[in-house]
Amino acid sequence: MSELTGITLSRARDLLTKGEVSSKELTQAHVQAVEAARSLNAYITETPDKALKMAEASDARRAKGEAGVVEGIPLAVKDLFCTEGVLTTAGSHILDGFKPPYESTVTGNLWRNGAVMLGKANLDEFAMGSSNETSYHGPVENPWRRQGDNRPLVPGGSSGGSAAAVAARAALAATGTDTGGSIRQPASFAGIVGMKPTYGRCSRWGIVAFASSLDQAGPMTRSVRDAAIMLRAMAGHDEKDSTSVDLPVPDYEQALTGDIRGLKVGIPREYRVEGMPQEIEALWQQGIQWLKDAGAEPVDISLPRTHYALPAYYIIAPAEASSNLARYDGVRFGLRAEGAGSLEELYELTREAGFGREVKRRVLIGTYVLSAGYYDAYYNKARKVRTLIAQDFHDAYKEVDVILAPTAPSAAFAIGDLVDDPIAMYLNDVFTVPASLAGLPAISVPAGLSGDGLPLGLQLIGKAFDEETVLRVGGVLEDAAQFTHEPAFVAGR
Amino acid sequence: MASYRIAGNTGEWEVVCGLEIHAQIISKSKLFSAAATEFGGEPNSQVSPVDAGMPGMLPVINRFCVEQAIKTGLGLRAQINRHSVFERKNYFYADLPQGYQISQYLEPLVGEGTVYLDMPDGEVIPVGIERLHMEQDAGKSLHDQEPGKTYIDLNRSGVALMEIVSKPDIRSPEQAGAYIQKLRSILRYLGTCDGNMAEGSLRCDINVSVRKPGAGLGTRCEVKNVNSVRFVMHAIEAEATRQIELIEEGGEVIQETRLYDPRKGETRSMRGKEEAHDYRYFPDPDLLPLIVENDWVERIKADMPELPDEKKQRFIQDYGLGAYDAGVLVAERETADFYEDVANGRDAKTAANWVTGEFFGAMNKAGVDLDEAPVNAAMLGELLDLMADNTISGRIAKDVFEEMWETGKKAGAIVEEKGLKQITDTGELEAILDKVIAENPEQVQQVKDGNQKVMGWFVGQAMKATGGKANPKMVNELLRKKLG
Repeated sequence: MSELTGITLSRARDLLTKGEVSSKELTQAHVQAVEAARSLNAYITETPDKALKMAEASDARRAKGEAGVVEGIPLAVKDLFCTEGVLTTAGSHILDGFKPPYESTVTGNLWRNGAVMLGKANLDEFAMGSSNETSYHGPVENPWRRQGDNRPLVPGGSSGGSAAAVAARAALAATGTDTGGSIRQPASFAGIVGMKPTYGRCSRWGIVAFASSLDQAGPMTRSVRDAAIMLRAMAGHDEKDSTSVDLPVPDYEQALTGDIRGLKVGIPREYRVEGMPQEIEALWQQGIQWLKDAGAEPVDISLPRTHYALPAYYIIAPAEASSNLARYDGVRFGLRAEGAGSLEELYELTREAGFGREVKRRVLIGTYVLSAGYYDAYYNKARKVRTLIAQDFHDAYKEVDVILAPTAPSAAFAIGDLVDDPIAMYLNDVFTVPASLAGLPAISVPAGLSGDGLPLGLQLIGKAFDEETVLRVGGVLEDAAQFTHEPAFVAGR
Repeated sequence: MASYRIAGNTGEWEVVCGLEIHAQIISKSKLFSAAATEFGGEPNSQVSPVDAGMPGMLPVINRFCVEQAIKTGLGLRAQINRHSVFERKNYFYADLPQGYQISQYLEPLVGEGTVYLDMPDGEVIPVGIERLHMEQDAGKSLHDQEPGKTYIDLNRSGVALMEIVSKPDIRSPEQAGAYIQKLRSILRYLGTCDGNMAEGSLRCDINVSVRKPGAGLGTRCEVKNVNSVRFVMHAIEAEATRQIELIEEGGEVIQETRLYDPRKGETRSMRGKEEAHDYRYFPDPDLLPLIVENDWVERIKADMPELPDEKKQRFIQDYGLGAYDAGVLVAERETADFYEDVANGRDAKTAANWVTGEFFGAMNKAGVDLDEAPVNAAMLGELLDLMADNTISGRIAKDVFEEMWETGKKAGAIVEEKGLKQITDTGELEAILDKVIAENPEQVQQVKDGNQKVMGWFVGQAMKATGGKANPKMVNELLRKKLG
């Protein structure tokens, strides 16, 4: 591991600011790390030439005194973000050869703020998955291993490539997207920080859509401060996304005061689910204690409709996905099956060849729940449940400032362990989905290790557009947890 | 007016129709993208990544299109809903890039309203409007460019449409025609749709059912995409006749979608109910509900032009026109303006007669629109003035008008040039009459025997002798003196 890849983004920023390192040096070190980490399959597309060009341009800007918020910082970009002229796959065969003629707003914001792109990170196909095993480009390996067990583990999903790259020091940070936990759960599995901001905080324009009412971009980093810096560079109102919110973007780093005295932290009793490993319960209790020690006041709260969240999510998300994925028809871009004799056959052959099993499963579920005769029983009911879940949070926030819960019900599992059990796979999202349905900001902070030496995260859920409190408390958790463990695999070591 | 009935073997049948009109909104850019909407561009030259359904692209509502739809709603005397929702209508087709059409479904922008039909006999028939909603158009599939291939043109993809749905209040092909024309007239007055059916900016689906007069509604069939007023009228008749024959033969009308074949003059089944699409409508998560503020509607209301119905009333009251003439004159805003320019300071009825008579006749004959006519309102007005001050007779005026139309010259110049001024000099007229009387002793005798018709013959002779320039009123008076 190079000295330059092991550091945090904020440390790298400080070195760049002081002129102790150039973006070119920093980027070169990371280009090598990306290469060294290939066994993880964290990147679908590496863009070393582009990275070095961007780094040189960044150094030139800095020389002119024009440094942005993430000036010169090399990043991985989840391959769900459209990047102009660079292959964008969404982890799917059906987007074969697709090079967008446009740049997503979020990545555009990052480049405008000086960042450098190392490549496009692997992900579950169309962000549908919790283990990164549904990618057409193959599963991603988690850089962590269980103690005394060398079986490769999943990095979580769907932002598995982003999580693995950041954890393995093959990127200073990465973008992720979170629909039902796709940033937070892999962050937890990979021992890094992952933040899903409030729905509407980051523009969705140019991000390949999975479930439009839930999708939200966010940072994946090795510290809470890094997440704050990244979020500031990613967020902002965008006229091209009608659901993005016209609010000023604060300097989130300023929120990291470490002072949470008197803050009320809600502990939702419904998150204590059956079959949850004791070590996760213990970690949660530890988290409560840490926040209490820092002067916060834990408050037992109830989010009574929590157990309806997962079923509602697995109706709403596939419903929207079934419609969002209709455009992949072989007519205009991406894969087109050969030998079709009719338009119907073109659709059938292209979509049969182009979509993987999980995507097909969700398109079918989504089509079913929107069908005449089933619409009210499924889709409409799920929407009502969603409203009630948001109401639960709304009620809770009358009493508390932030909510603390585990991020995931387990540590990383082995590749292949759950592929044939979609229900068990979906249960991974049980703690992350409610905040997604309510559109609330949430962060996962690495807080400890499981019995067999795997990272476990704790999750903080905040009020809408109150990312600052989430980050502030996250910073306190991070300080208390002193999570300095490193994964088994570190690029270049 | 007598009700429209179709005679069957079992008696008379009544036809019940409702129309769904797709009207393209006049706007520079599309409903959800900034791409241009102009008709006739090079294929795929007016397509943004949003219109092409590219990954990650998002729709953003065009405020101007909403304003146009609100304006139209107000023109239809309809309820403007302050809260409406865009939904996705999901189906696969090659020229539907997103795999769904963004449309309004459960909560449309505009609710119930009324359109009044002006029938030729002066009867006014109200037709209820069920709703008006906004939606995006699809692209175009071209199947005839190369064998075995279909070409797609997405220029139209994403263009804003208003779907205007009538209640089943239409009872005859003639009413259906009048409805389309009235709607078109209102849209054109408002400047919200150009109403051009040939270019597809106004398209029509017809719901047709039949029943015995007074019975409950029959099962309806939808006849899709009928694209001229004439075809709409034919299609209704053809479809109603088919349904009647079917029922009278003991069959049953099945709810289905049908196509009208104008060459064969019949409708044929396109898809049955069981093949009907399940469109899986759901609110488009990319768009927020459309909230229309009250003061916006009020501002639009304040800017509304005078619409055909009000204008017609004003023409009847202020100009003393008959309902039919008034209706004809207000059908197009330009025509109404033209008429008012001609009538300004002149006899309104004469002006109306000339505009609807000679002028429209010449336009139709030449197949030109008002803005292409060689005679403008000022020129026609001058001609009427020459008539009013007895410079020329009405008969001569018709000749002068013809000449004006052909040459583009002004009436005064033509009258001068050709010496068409009326002869009003008593001495000159008397000399002419004396000559005619002297040459026709036989006819003089007939008049003296009391045959008044021959008096008219003398007038004709006098006019002939003067090349029509004699003042007919004076000729009459002088003849009466001489022969009476």
